[in-house]
Parts: sequence; C-alpha cells; structure tokens
Amino acid sequence: MTIRQLSVFLENKTGHLNEILSILAKNNINIVALTIADSTDYGILRAIVSDPEKAMQALRAEHYTVKVHDILSLEMAAAPGSMSHILDLFTAADICIEYVYAFSFGSKSILMIRTDNCQKAFEIIKTNGLKPIREADLK
Amino acid sequence: MIWNKEIECMSREEMRTLQGKRLKELVNRVYNNVEFYKRKMDEMGIKPSDIESIDDIVKLPFTYKTDLRDYYPFNLFAVPMKDIVRIHASSGTTGKPTTVGYTKNDIENWREVLARCLSMASISNEDIMQVSYGYGLFTGGLGVHYGAETVGCSVIPISGGNTRRQLQLMTDFGSTVLACTPSYALHLADALAENGYSLADMKLKIGIFGAEPWTENMRLELEKKWEIKAFDIYGLSEIMGPGVANDCPAHAGLHVHEDHFFPEIVDPHTKLPVVDGEEGELVFTTLTKEGIPLLRYNTRDLSTLNSEKCSCGRTTVRMKKITGRSDDMLIIRGVNLFPSQIEHVLLEMGETSAHYMLYVDRENNLDTLELKVELEEANMVETIRDLQMLSRKIEHALNSAIGLSVKVTLVEPKTIARSEGKAIRVIDNRNK
Repeated sequence: MTIRQLSVFLENKTGHLNEILSILAKNNINIVALTIADSTDYGILRAIVSDPEKAMQALRAEHYTVKVHDILSLEMAAAPGSMSHILDLFTAADICIEYVYAFSFGSKSILMIRTDNCQKAFEIIKTNGLKPIREADLK
Repeated sequence: MIWNKEIECMSREEMRTLQGKRLKELVNRVYNNVEFYKRKMDEMGIKPSDIESIDDIVKLPFTYKTDLRDYYPFNLFAVPMKDIVRIHASSGTTGKPTTVGYTKNDIENWREVLARCLSMASISNEDIMQVSYGYGLFTGGLGVHYGAETVGCSVIPISGGNTRRQLQLMTDFGSTVLACTPSYALHLADALAENGYSLADMKLKIGIFGAEPWTENMRLELEKKWEIKAFDIYGLSEIMGPGVANDCPAHAGLHVHEDHFFPEIVDPHTKLPVVDGEEGELVFTTLTKEGIPLLRYNTRDLSTLNSEKCSCGRTTVRMKKITGRSDDMLIIRGVNLFPSQIEHVLLEMGETSAHYMLYVDRENNLDTLELKVELEEANMVETIRDLQMLSRKIEHALNSAIGLSVKVTLVEPKTIARSEGKAIRVIDNRNK
C-alpha cells in the first residue's frame, strides 16, 4: 500500500524545474504524477516516476539533493465524497496529514497521503477495507 | 620524529641566548642596509648598540603590510639583487602585491624549517607527497615542495586545480600525503564519489593543510572524511611562506621555529606586548632572514603563545591555531565576528555541508547577515516544514554562538563557488 516517491530540493530559479525534467527525460524516466510545494526561497518537488532508483542516481549525479520515500497510496472511487470519506476515517483515528495529493491513472483515481503515523494509517486501511495501490498498478 | 633535536628540544635559556645573538646581528644588518629601518630607528632614537638581548626587541619598530606595499617592489631588500635567487609575491587583491626575495641561505633555512614541520607530522622518505598548493608566485607550492624533497619524499608537483586529475594521480601514484588548503581538501573529499573514486583504492594517510584560517572542527572533519591524520602548517610569505609553525601529533598548538622567526603577541589596539597566554595579534621578527628581513612584522593573525614543554618532547614555543585574522574580522552591529565561528557551528551540527557563504549588507542603517549553506546530496528531508526547522535550528545555534541574528538560506549542493586556493567565505556589500 505504499509507492516510492521522489523528493527533490529545488531553489526558486527560472528554468530550474525544467533542468530536472530534462535530466529525467534524458534517462528515459516517465513521470506518472508530479507536485511542488513552495516557499519563498525554495520548494520540494515530489514525483511518482517509472524508475525511482534510476531517477535518484541521475539527479544526484547532477548534484541535486534527492531522496526516495515510501508514501501511502490508495485508490478512491470516482464519485463525490470518496476522498472526504477516507479523511474522515483518518481524523477519527487522530492521524494528522502532513501532505496529500491526488491524480488519475487510466480509469483509477489515486490518493497519495503522508501522515504523522504510518502504522496507525495502515491499520485504518486494513480494518476499513480501503483499496491500496501498488507500484505494479501504475505500469 | 624530531628533525633537529638540538634546536627543537633546546632549553629555554639557550634558545633566548641564541635569539638574542641573532637579533643583534639582524638589527645591525637592517640598520645598515635598509633605508626604511634606519629612518624608523633614528626617529625613535634607537641605535643597533641598544639591542643586547632578545628582551630588547620591544624597543624596535613594527612593520606592517602597508610598509611592504609602500616599498614595492624591492626597496625593503637588505641585499643587492645579485644575491637574490628567488622572488615570490602575494596576489595583491586589496592593492599592489607584496614582494619578497630570498637569498641562497634563506632558501636553505626554508627547507630546514619545512623539514622540521613535515617530520612533526611523521612524514619521511617513505612518503609520496602530492603538493596541491599553487605553484608560482604564491609561496605554498614551491615552499612545501623544497621541504618535502629535503625529508626525501617522492614529490608530485601537481599544483592546485583540476580536481579529477588530482584524484586520478592520488589513486594511480598511491600518494600518502596531501598538501593543500583545508578548503580544497574538503572539496576534493566531496568530489571523490561523484568522480568514481574510492578511499579504498587510495593510500592517503596524512594531510598537511594550511594557508588559510581554519577550525579544529574542520581538522577533525577532514580526518574523518579522508581517514587520515591532518596537520596544520602555518606561514605567510612576508615571513617566509609555509613552515613558520606546524602542529605535532599532540595538536596542542603549533610549534614555532623560533630560532628563525621570533614570535610576540601584542594588543590589537595599544600594540603593547600582552602577558603570556593572552590573545592578541601575532608579530614575527625574522631572526635569520637575509633577502627581506623584517622587524616585528604584524601578521594581524590572532593567537596566543605557550612556552611550556610539549608532550612530544619539543621545547619550542607553541602558538594557538589561527582561526581568524584581525583583517578578516567583521564588525556586525558592533559585534566582532570571524567566519571561522560559522564554520565551527555548521560542522558541530553536521546536518548540512560545510560549504557556506556569508553575505553582509546594510538595510536602513542596520547590518544584516545572510548565510547560504548547501544541503548535502543525500540529506534531503521530506517536507518544507522540516527544511524550515533545519534553517531555524541553524539560526538558533548561530545566534547562541555569535550573539547575532543570521538569516539562514538552504541552497542546492555545488552552487556555492569552490576555491582551488584560499577560500572566499564572506561577501560584504555594506560599502558598495
């Protein structure tokens, strides 16, 4: 129920995002999902890619600060209220959400969640029969 | 190993007698051959005959860097040019370069003091030394080179720069000693992995680092990164170049070769000698120098002196490791700040790299400080909040260490300019 996510430290400079994208392109790495958290001086690029290890090596070789983390991933029903339903369960269990993003892959709606308590989140997913997504589901 | 036991383990009284004898000869030489010193001494009413022992040194005039500039290029030389066999010059970033000249005897003495320094670091004819100090007008490269040949090392005169080649030769030639600035040693260590080199394929065991102020923490960091023993070599071209002093394995101060370079510590403001153990500006008199002998040259380096016998057996006076110069000292909102204090804090925290640049500016008549520091490639945190907490943590640590508020900005690795010689750590925009 987790997917490897790439996090890259990124200074706010014109054209900088594209430098990273072109390194990924050169290495034939496909981007499945991408989001950027920003602050005044820098941001963090988060991406789900076809080959996270290869992407990390390629970016480190160009001196980027990169890490690969495991992030919770769930499939949601493509219907109103489905995301809210999942978050209700988390809130009831007093699990705090650090960041979240969603994307669709084919016909699937996918939710990526980073919480402050991974173990507890796993339990919620199991006991409520939520549908996890694995990396293989995104090939 | 002690290269010259007779001198390095001499009793304090014998040393002072030797220094007194050499000072008398020196004062005679400069009074009769250098117009600058004759005029200065005449103005002060001092004659060479007034100097009877080393204690009389306090009667003599000081020399400053500006004097070397004013007498550019050769007017402080005490011998005719036919006796000068080598000329070195400083880069002159803040004005005219300063020029120094060496006679054959000066070069011999330079080799001798360097041989003592290198022996202190257990370097011998078994070693292969990679000299990555710049060769040329800068005294670092050639100075260490001659000393290394004197102890019988196999010397690789690679000079500074060309990082990939440095690592290649270090591996292929099996260098056991690296001599360069500490900032370049750090840069080379960081470049190892990315250039596909590994410590396992190298034979490096000793580092001879110097030519810029650096902290004890940086010394330990370099020892850890390279898995070597690191030593501090001190010197300045005005006095000789590298080899004025060096630390022994006790790392309890740098042994000054005081039979050639007589050290004093003076108060930065009053220029009066301070009591033993107190900090002040380091002043040297070149007791044996022939080419450009200097009386009481003020280095502006801040240090203390300790004349107790060292556990290594040497009796020569030790100077505290230089971590700042009164020239490098920044005055920020009235508070004295040395860049080395920042380095100390960063290395102690160990959560970023030690590559930083300090920007000083003035907004609404208030000095501001911004520190840009590089994240390490493998040290990514996951959220913006974690990054902001890291900056804040560094800000707090700096604030409690230096008593100034500093804005800390995290930047990407390898974005702060690297130096292949002396590091530039501060950009002061206040007077622009």
